[in-house]
Amino acid sequence: MAITLTENAAKHVRNFLAKRGKGIGLRVGVRTSGCSGMSYKLEYADEAGGDDIQFVSCGVTVLVDSKSLPYVDGMILDYTREGLNEGFKFNNPNVKNECGCGESFSV
Amino acid sequence: MALLQISEPGLSPAPHEHRLAVGIDLGTTNSLVATVRNGISVVLNDENGRALLPSVVRYLADGSTRVGEAAQTVQSEDPANTIISVKRFMGRGLSDIGGVNGLPYRFVDAPGMVQLRTVAGVKSPVEVSAEILKVLRARAEAALGGSLTGAVITVPAYFDDAQRQATKDAAKLAGLNVLRLLNEPTAAAIAYGLDNAAEGLYAVYDLGGGTFDISILKLSRGVFEVLAANGNSALGGDDFDHRIYCWLLEKNGLSALGASDTRLLLTRARAAKEELTEHAETRVTAILQSGEAIDTVLARQDFHDMSQNLVARTLQPMRRALRDAGLKVEDIKGVVMVGGATRMPQVQRAVAEFFGQAPLTNLDPDKVVALGAAIQANVLAGNRGGDDWLLLDVIPLSLGIETMGGLSEKIIPRNSTIPTARAQDFTTFRDGQTAMSIHVVQGERELVSDCRSLAKFELRGIPPMVAGAARIRITFQVDADGLLNVSARELGSGVEAAITVKPSYGLSDTEITRMLQDSSQYAQDDMQLRTLREHQVEARQLLEAVQNALEQDGTELLDETEQTRIRGSMDELRALLQTDDHHAIKRAITRLNDATTAFAQARMDKSVSRALGGRKLTDLEI
Repeated sequence: MAITLTENAAKHVRNFLAKRGKGIGLRVGVRTSGCSGMSYKLEYADEAGGDDIQFVSCGVTVLVDSKSLPYVDGMILDYTREGLNEGFKFNNPNVKNECGCGESFSV
Repeated sequence: MALLQISEPGLSPAPHEHRLAVGIDLGTTNSLVATVRNGISVVLNDENGRALLPSVVRYLADGSTRVGEAAQTVQSEDPANTIISVKRFMGRGLSDIGGVNGLPYRFVDAPGMVQLRTVAGVKSPVEVSAEILKVLRARAEAALGGSLTGAVITVPAYFDDAQRQATKDAAKLAGLNVLRLLNEPTAAAIAYGLDNAAEGLYAVYDLGGGTFDISILKLSRGVFEVLAANGNSALGGDDFDHRIYCWLLEKNGLSALGASDTRLLLTRARAAKEELTEHAETRVTAILQSGEAIDTVLARQDFHDMSQNLVARTLQPMRRALRDAGLKVEDIKGVVMVGGATRMPQVQRAVAEFFGQAPLTNLDPDKVVALGAAIQANVLAGNRGGDDWLLLDVIPLSLGIETMGGLSEKIIPRNSTIPTARAQDFTTFRDGQTAMSIHVVQGERELVSDCRSLAKFELRGIPPMVAGAARIRITFQVDADGLLNVSARELGSGVEAAITVKPSYGLSDTEITRMLQDSSQYAQDDMQLRTLREHQVEARQLLEAVQNALEQDGTELLDETEQTRIRGSMDELRALLQTDDHHAIKRAITRLNDATTAFAQARMDKSVSRALGGRKLTDLEI
């Protein structure tokens, strides 16, 4: 069971956290919403919750609540650039279908 | 898939509900666009990694435009059609603009705002500014991957109603929804986080390319009040370049250079100035048209000496601003530096000496206004939690009406927080008076002739009464952008005539409509470009997905011919990606989709059977 960050993604997260000036890591999760059933949650974590599971990948602490974990287990988080746009990309092996933009998905 | 950004805890947006908001610094010399991404305010760069867009627009004979660097480089070859520093003309009549004779433009003195005759027709400063904003909007939409919810645009603190209205009209023309106009010094203070720091008095020292502004801000309970603003509209970084240029001429015994040599030496002078920020001396080399070579070393100390009186000229407005605000230097809690020219060590030293404290310089002074505007835009678009209070701004000048004797009666005093509404009752002057002329003015002076006239309108249909019997209530409303609506109503009789006032220097709605129609021709081009970009992104995503699928299951689920067929479609699409034919790209996408339908079906079946393998249906959690 794990979530991993690419070295590039980790570099950006460390950088963002430093600029933000607070936060213990990155929170990844899912919630039920969106046109294909579920959507991702990607937030700064200021504190760990009771049912959080923590991973450390490339020096970044990743927190996932235990309910979300089955849907994102094995996921690789990358940071990419598409033209002028840049941001995080989720490579989630659990996803069977996703909407056109990939913002929501089903498993 | 879409690229995600990190949100603040608990604030992940729902899918397809990102509210993209930007802050725009529409500057005299350069313009920028910024946004809050991953919770941090960042300036958005163009394809070449440049943040600053020179505020230069060139009109070509075919009606198209060039904005930014492309226009700036040909400035001296086509000066009449290459508009620089258009911000100085916003909401201004010809008589308001000083030194028009020194400018290369063909001015048309239209009622209200001055216009410029170009090879592509007569253009209003609003249209020129809209061209700059359109480029920034396109940059932002490409960088954020969607259309913008809205923008905060910054304006100088001293901008009056007409100039603010003109700025708002330009944004509208560029297809931007203006969330708020924000005073530039206020934006700079927000970028430094002074809005959530302690209360107090702050000075904002803004030395741009061609203008100098000093503002004294007072922050109390979330309200930024501009206590005083002063400056010099003809003093900026360019003057420092010019000092070096003059020194070069003198040092090398040159005189009366041609336009291209002048431009070359000014560019070299600018580079030398920037170099001296980091180094103790710099070498200036150039080869003139005549073949004469220039090779001169300039020491930092010499540059400081020759520019000493320029720096000194910024101190006088600072003293005046403090005096206007009734403050002493010791009252100032912090000093914010804005504008590229504040990088010069001699400027920073002079400001530090004047205020007796080191100014805030850790943010890029070119970007600080846009960064602050982006933070405000993010709040206004609703991307932050409910516990954040909104920053309030104030109106810079009092608003009132003309009363008997040519006096100004102030209805909303300056520094009132906005939005605001105030009403005052007036009466008739003569027996049987049935109409009243209402003259809306702006300014601090007592005589109307010394104030700026904003609008005039008439209230008719007042029932005949003896003088002083009618009760006419005049209501002034200022919205959150500092824009004004005035209405008048006769209360006693119930006769009502409410009128909305537009500032006389702004553009009428019909003019705006005409301009929007004029630009629809280019809107067509813009739309095609957008479609092309969308198809390109879709194609890249599809290619990546098919490539991954082939690598995983290609050999297992497909025979040689099928694989070759799919790879053929992929190559075709890849080749078309290099072109700008969006129809052909779309057709190739459809062909690749068709070619892979059976493959996708087979992969789906495989993953279902893998998931079901060795398990009973009842074991599965659905």
